[in-house]
Amino acid sequence: MSQTRLIQLEADIMGKNALFAAANRDRFTAAGILALNLVSSPGSGKTTLLCRTLTEIAGEFPVAVIEGDQQTSADADRIRATGAPAIQINTGKGCHLDGHMVGHAVDHLSPAEGSVLFIENVGNLVCPAAFDLGEGARVAILSVTEGEDKPLKYPDMFASADLVLVNKVDLLPHLDFDIEAAMANARRVNPRVRLIRVSARSGEGMGQWLDWLRAARAMALASRPVVEG
Amino acid sequence: MHEMAICESIRQILEEQARSAGFTRVERVKLAIGALSGVEPEALRFGFDVVMRGGVAEGARLEIEDVAARAWCMPCAANVAISARYDACPQCGSYQLQVTGGEDMTIRELEVL
Ligand SMILES: Nc1nc2c(ncn2[C@@H]2O[C@H](COP(=O)(O)OP(=O)(O)O)[C@@H](O)[C@H]2O)c(=O)[nH]1
Ligand SMILES: [Mg+2]
Ligand SMILES: [Zn+2]
Ligand SMILES: [Zn+2]
Ligand SMILES: [Zn+2]
Repeated sequence: MSQTRLIQLEADIMGKNALFAAANRDRFTAAGILALNLVSSPGSGKTTLLCRTLTEIAGEFPVAVIEGDQQTSADADRIRATGAPAIQINTGKGCHLDGHMVGHAVDHLSPAEGSVLFIENVGNLVCPAAFDLGEGARVAILSVTEGEDKPLKYPDMFASADLVLVNKVDLLPHLDFDIEAAMANARRVNPRVRLIRVSARSGEGMGQWLDWLRAARAMALASRPVVEG
Repeated sequence: MHEMAICESIRQILEEQARSAGFTRVERVKLAIGALSGVEPEALRFGFDVVMRGGVAEGARLEIEDVAARAWCMPCAANVAISARYDACPQCGSYQLQVTGGEDMTIRELEVL
């Protein structure tokens, strides 16, 4: 009969993902790439907003897209139609992207220096919250056809977001969605969060969102380590 | 549910430990799960048995220690207990809280053969 023994450890269960995410982040930082992790419930308008954004900024700076929303395999095609290079990650049954998948996708895309890399995550407000991809900023999209209490129901996601885009505001006149209450709930879980009202359909608020995007990109580019020659 | 993915990570860590610490079977695994880690202990228990099959921890007992959530309250300049991310400070009612504990998931102890 063999004896059991005890092993004490302090092993971070998310440690592997953290390593992949850190490697991605180092790579983005070194090349002055702004990587954005776009998260939302299914159907909040991530792809529509992305397509409109890509069309409006076409030619301004290099872009690349990682499409992880397997809901519709046509999403990557919708994005390529705007002229942006895109790669679809087949997440299968998976309910989130992870740092490892994104690393491989970046290998394939090899985004140019100073580009903006948009990563459309799986439509799910729970699982993607736990998986750092190495992004420079996390952008949550909340549409006005959802509940005002969404930020309170999914606090992990809203607490980790740098920016919340409140989408589909063109529909507000037809709904009794209390946008002020929704925004207050987002601030309650995340006092430092930036909120912008947009409509991927009417274009309302796009200017503010694009200003945020340009500023964030300029910052990523400016904080790139200078290589002495 | 990402509990399955979390169980896959646990399995990977256990297989690595088996190689580095030289054991062949895990009888018991003790995890510490933060109240704000976003993981449902019940779902984790279910996924654990399924994911461990065919590995060093097949049939292992799973113990889960709950780690309470804590936050730093700026107005009070004190560490306070909270139960959710959007809780107000129990002392002063402020929402200016910075979470300081209860977000992590760790493997704390293994009983091995
Ligand atoms: N009215 C309105 N509909 C929108 C808006 N943005 C997206 N949609 C619609 O919402 C649905 C889901 O959009 P999609 O971009 O596929 O969402 P995703 O699952 O988050 O990528 C589609 O029918 C879109 O046309 C918007 O700003 N206003
Ligand atoms: Mg989509
Ligand atoms: Zn790999
Ligand atoms: Zn999930
Ligand atoms: Zn206080």
